[in-house]
Amino acid sequence: MLVISAVGVVWVRHLFAAAMFSGIFSFLSALLFVMLDAVDVAFTEAAVGAGVSTVLVLGTIVLTKRLEQERKVKENLRPLILVILTGMILIYGSLDMPEFGSSNTPAQSHLGLTYLESTPEQIGIPNVVTAVLASYRGFDTLGEVAVVFTAGVGVLVLLGGFMRNRRRKDQGEL
Amino acid sequence: MVGLTLDQLKILLTGHSIYWLFIILMMTGFYIVVSRGNLIKKIIGLNLFQTSVFLFYISIGKVSGGTAPILPMKLKVDDFSVYSNPLPHVLILTAIVVGVATTALGLSLIIRIKEAYNSIEEHDLLEEDRSQFSNENNEDRKFGGFF
Repeated sequence: MLVISAVGVVWVRHLFAAAMFSGIFSFLSALLFVMLDAVDVAFTEAAVGAGVSTVLVLGTIVLTKRLEQERKVKENLRPLILVILTGMILIYGSLDMPEFGSSNTPAQSHLGLTYLESTPEQIGIPNVVTAVLASYRGFDTLGEVAVVFTAGVGVLVLLGGFMRNRRRKDQGEL
Repeated sequence: MVGLTLDQLKILLTGHSIYWLFIILMMTGFYIVVSRGNLIKKIIGLNLFQTSVFLFYISIGKVSGGTAPILPMKLKVDDFSVYSNPLPHVLILTAIVVGVATTALGLSLIIRIKEAYNSIEEHDLLEEDRSQFSNENNEDRKFGGFF
């Protein structure tokens, strides 16, 4: 189903439908996150990925246009070859990876294990993800806030100019 | 690939097929970014790509038979309970929020591009730029003739 909704985005020419497909994709991936034991990530993805970014895309569509220009079939061939080649290389690379769900891999054995073991004594809250996010890796979260702030300022500057131009145009027409 | 028995192949297939699903999704997003000329479509494709990378990352932290890394209320962990790795979850939580911030920035850039060029198709933008560039070149040449 994930693949279907992703391919749907490729096929539809109406940008509104494409936005809806990407929302469906986000919700389905949130379901998959739950199955992979990442509940915190799942509800962030459902709220932020499916909710906020769909709304943002819809707002942009309203301000710009609804239909995508049609493309010749011939123009799609080169990207397709490139993508298939990249995919094959990635699959070849994944053959060296440890099996899905195995517990004695390098990724499982060092830092994650330490966090799981020391959270009860050092932090004293049940949710280990929260403990790592807010305490052990608090600086990362601070950096994240800085990034979001910068992006917010950027959006305000860009859209502020847009609104000013629009107002000027309206007054000129009057 | 030579010398691979059937059993080994079976293990390879069952152990890695979920990674391949994510790679296929990733490549679908990549294809949208590369092949579509519409800028909004490109951003949506970039989002698909991003989400499949997140799925891939989370799947590395999964331990089969484990549960979500939330300890029991009394904080008494017995030695037999299995939890998935909390570290990828934390990193991806950060990445999702940052991803939305960058999406918002990209979309507002698109709005400004639409205002300046009156189009959001990559094809039209290139044409406009090219014609402007050749005009400037012609003017330069004219001045060069004068002086």
